[in-house]
Amino acid sequence: MSELDHIDFRANVQHVPAHVPQSVRKATSKFLGTRANVVGIVGDERWQQLRQAGHDIRLHTLDHLDYYLTRLEENVARAGGIVHWARDADEARRIVLDIAHEHKVKRAVKAKSMATEEIGLNHALIDAGVQTLETDLGEFIIQLAGVGPSHIIVPAVHLTKEGIADLFTEKLGVNAPPDPLELCAIARTKLREEFLAADMGISGANFMVAESGTLVIVTNEGNGRMCTTLPPLHVAVVGIDKVVPDFESVNVLLKLLPRSATGQKMSTYTSFITGPRRATDEGGPQEFHLVLLDNGRTRVLRDHVTRETLLCIRCGVCLNVCPVYNHVGGHAYGAVYSGPIGAILAPQLLGVARAGDLPFASSLCGACADYCPVKIPIPQILLRLRHRVVEGDQIEAATASSAIRVGTRVGAFALSHSLLYEFGARMMKFVQAPLRRDGWLPNLPPPANRWTMARPLPAFGADFRDWFRKRTPAGRQRVQKRKLGIGLLFAGIAAVGAFLLARRKKD
Amino acid sequence: MMRVQLFLTCLGENFFSPVLKDMVSVLERLGMDVAMPEGQTCCGQPFYNSGAQSQAVAPARNFLRVFGPTDGYIVAPSGSCVDFVRHHLPELFPAETREHRLAQEVAARTYEFSEFLVRVANVRDVGATFPHKVTYHASCHALRGLGLREESKQLLRAVKGVELVPLNEEETCCGFGGVFSVVYPEVSSSMMQAKIKNIQESGAEFVVMGDPGCMMNIAGGLKKIGSPIRALHLISVLAAQ
Ligand code: SF4
Repeated sequence: MSELDHIDFRANVQHVPAHVPQSVRKATSKFLGTRANVVGIVGDERWQQLRQAGHDIRLHTLDHLDYYLTRLEENVARAGGIVHWARDADEARRIVLDIAHEHKVKRAVKAKSMATEEIGLNHALIDAGVQTLETDLGEFIIQLAGVGPSHIIVPAVHLTKEGIADLFTEKLGVNAPPDPLELCAIARTKLREEFLAADMGISGANFMVAESGTLVIVTNEGNGRMCTTLPPLHVAVVGIDKVVPDFESVNVLLKLLPRSATGQKMSTYTSFITGPRRATDEGGPQEFHLVLLDNGRTRVLRDHVTRETLLCIRCGVCLNVCPVYNHVGGHAYGAVYSGPIGAILAPQLLGVARAGDLPFASSLCGACADYCPVKIPIPQILLRLRHRVVEGDQIEAATASSAIRVGTRVGAFALSHSLLYEFGARMMKFVQAPLRRDGWLPNLPPPANRWTMARPLPAFGADFRDWFRKRTPAGRQRVQKRKLGIGLLFAGIAAVGAFLLARRKKD
Repeated sequence: MMRVQLFLTCLGENFFSPVLKDMVSVLERLGMDVAMPEGQTCCGQPFYNSGAQSQAVAPARNFLRVFGPTDGYIVAPSGSCVDFVRHHLPELFPAETREHRLAQEVAARTYEFSEFLVRVANVRDVGATFPHKVTYHASCHALRGLGLREESKQLLRAVKGVELVPLNEEETCCGFGGVFSVVYPEVSSSMMQAKIKNIQESGAEFVVMGDPGCMMNIAGGLKKIGSPIRALHLISVLAAQ
């Protein structure tokens, strides 16, 4: 995916493989079911309190990001780690490559990390001759398939077990049956050797605790702790938005994250990593680097509505409840983050010139905001970003075509003057006549056929006003006057039309 | 006597005149004084939702000009229009201005139909009869924007003869979403088809809902496959006698 390509959501949805919606829905409905159970146990009142607390903690941190990042940096250094700041993807990749180079790294293992996906780290490492292997099962699979993740927490959600078996057979040269347990066993054997042989372990983090310089990593497969403890060198790449003040905050957020994500009370492994190995430790890496990634995040902070995007704890539940996501899968969003969070994050990180389609890829049904554990007002942010696309704002200039802007201006004018509005309604009733089939319009000309390609449109049939007015004598008089007004308007428009036509002929 | 100002809404007026007539008949049957403020057009929601937010100001201003001088409650047959008027229309005018205050005042007395009956007029039984098996689709903006989860169903259950059967994924969007259905017709259509499938599986003769937007979408989808099931606005069921 080139960094300059425009993401064409409509083209993408036309290439969704037929099995995808079904595979996706199978997984998402399972997660939603288990989530409902564990949230039910907490009880609605308590759950809402937790969500509010989560929201408040995250927003407070964002509002004082400088302070908490500085504390984090101090405390990571105090624990013996080395902190790097990366303004963008390029800088982040270079930092990691330099570290790898300095340590003559040949093989690297990676725990699942959206931040490294975001900066395309795998490609960069592999191009530089470092054999880099994803160790999260889902990531391992999509790495073999040569595609990006299609879900924030279940990257291979779009694949069936048959598809995965074929992939293993082809790429790993083994005879893989379409059985989840056996497929897991094959992956495990392969990965074991790699964990032990790797010179560098790469991870992301779910949270970074400012008061102690601790990384918190949540996984279900244990690959996170293998990657961060077995190799002699650990490099973490984490977005600056992942910092939280203290362990109290982590306590709240860890109640929200696994419950929302997979419907677990807590994940199988939760690792807390503070600096490299100490003299008294039995294991762990000798060196620990933390790369703090900005890559557009400070720019997101500039708008007080859209900045709440950065509250996200990447639980993925907004994807699971999103009817759009469930029908198209993650790849249609054309970026690392998909679903509702992708639709608000990608246009901000990549710019609306590239990702301006995505804020429109939502019916604004609001299910995402209902479920979001940190109460991100996703529909409001979508609306804000639509505005950025169509009219521009203090962050970015408009990218919508001028035809759209002129069209909306004309439309708004017509729809704010009642005479024009009533006239328009009458015109519609009149011009639709040839297209009308017993009360319906089955085929409209373009661009309105965008509606009728999916279903017929009910015929225009506004007669309520006159019906209501005619119920009183004063109203009846008004109907007459209104008719006259509309008649005059019609004559006026016809005259202007005739004039324009006549002039065109002369030219 | 309660005074009700009809807020017709664009889709309601242009596509579902019978629903508006039914609305008048239900309200009058309940002894209300119904008026239709002249000069109303569109509240501005379509512009606001499609990103042309500065263009929403002119229709919104007209809305204030028309409804500002009225008294009583403003009632609409649409959750999404009411959600817009209540939550977004005031934002279109700078805080502390006269228009902003007016917008807030108007917004505070604007209600969705079922919300008005249940929460304001405290009515459940409107004296309707409708001896049919129906199911209910929850419209997103009434549900999540206005927090109306049970109101419509309370009204439906009080209708004589109605058998209300559950709809699988009742609260999942039908795929209309205004501009969304036109910008991404393919996705909208597959969401609509999923909704239709659930409606068919419910075994109902009628699917009832409270928003003209969903009506256009779902009624069209049913028509397209030649289904005998019909989409009805809640108001039409409440008007049946
Ligand atoms: S936006 Fe909210 S629901 Fe979606 S991934 Fe982030 S935290 Fe989870």
